[in-house]
Amino acid sequence: MHVPDGFLDAPTSVATGVVAAAGVGVALRKARAELDDRTAPMAGLVAAFVFAGQMINFPVGAGTSGHLLGGALAAVLVGPWTGALCISVVLLVQSLFMADGGLTALGTNITLMGLVGVFVGYGAFRLALAVLPRKLGSVPLAAALGAFVSVPAAATVFSVLFAIGGTADIATGKVFAAMVGWHLVIGLGEAVITGLVVSAVVASRPDLVHGARGLAGRRPLLAGEVVA
Amino acid sequence: MKNRRFLVIGLFVALLVAGVGSYYASSHPDGLEYVAHRTGFLDSAKEPVDTGSPFADYSTEGVDDARLSGGIAGVAGVLLTLGLGGGLFWVLRRRPPAEQQD
Repeated sequence: MHVPDGFLDAPTSVATGVVAAAGVGVALRKARAELDDRTAPMAGLVAAFVFAGQMINFPVGAGTSGHLLGGALAAVLVGPWTGALCISVVLLVQSLFMADGGLTALGTNITLMGLVGVFVGYGAFRLALAVLPRKLGSVPLAAALGAFVSVPAAATVFSVLFAIGGTADIATGKVFAAMVGWHLVIGLGEAVITGLVVSAVVASRPDLVHGARGLAGRRPLLAGEVVA
Repeated sequence: MKNRRFLVIGLFVALLVAGVGSYYASSHPDGLEYVAHRTGFLDSAKEPVDTGSPFADYSTEGVDDARLSGGIAGVAGVLLTLGLGGGLFWVLRRRPPAEQQD
């Protein structure tokens, strides 16, 4: 969903740039509470993993493809504020080094994937977790649901931005319907990948999963494991 | 699984996905690009600014072999992201009380 330079006009790009800067600014302060000696390296790994995951475009039919956005995944694994920073770092590297996502559209992309994707995904994850049984096994399922919702949410916000500041004169309804329609399908892929990755981390290191706090720690010690 | 082992395995998986797996990714346009094409605003995209990076479009300048070119760019991207992100998070992290006396 990387927006290139030119799709949105300058005022809209400046506005999303301000939103992105404010969001990242708040995240820089709030992420401190989520990060310590143990979780900081994990957060770096999550950012690197999202970069890798975003390279894997999966076909969704009719000559189009989707790829992981990773917002819900990062938020569940390392917390929403750190997650927003993870996605922002990925988008920065992509636009600076890979020519993926325009430089003037960086604020737009951070807003769409780093803020909307992360916080809608995390909100839906929290809601789902509150409804599902209170056990560790619910975490991957709730993460998958959050991931599913996050993709059409980001697509919706893009459609709104396009209606406000799109440089091409295309009917808003047409763009909205196509964006949300296709991204509902892509959201299924996002859900599957997110569910599987969270499930793998929960199985090996539930204590490192931010979204599993309060549920982890009751795992019986494995043979040979030493209590530090 | 110990911390270090977990991180090493995680990084290995990320490098494998970006360095090898990416070659097998679908080359169809992604959702946004497809919608832009179908509804008629793809032409409003501008060529990306040349930042002088050798990895533009996930290929490596001067490397002709597609598999190798994409693989190197992917590995470079993962390491750049890990370095930037990891560095940022390490600086931001809460220190144990003993270290906070500055």
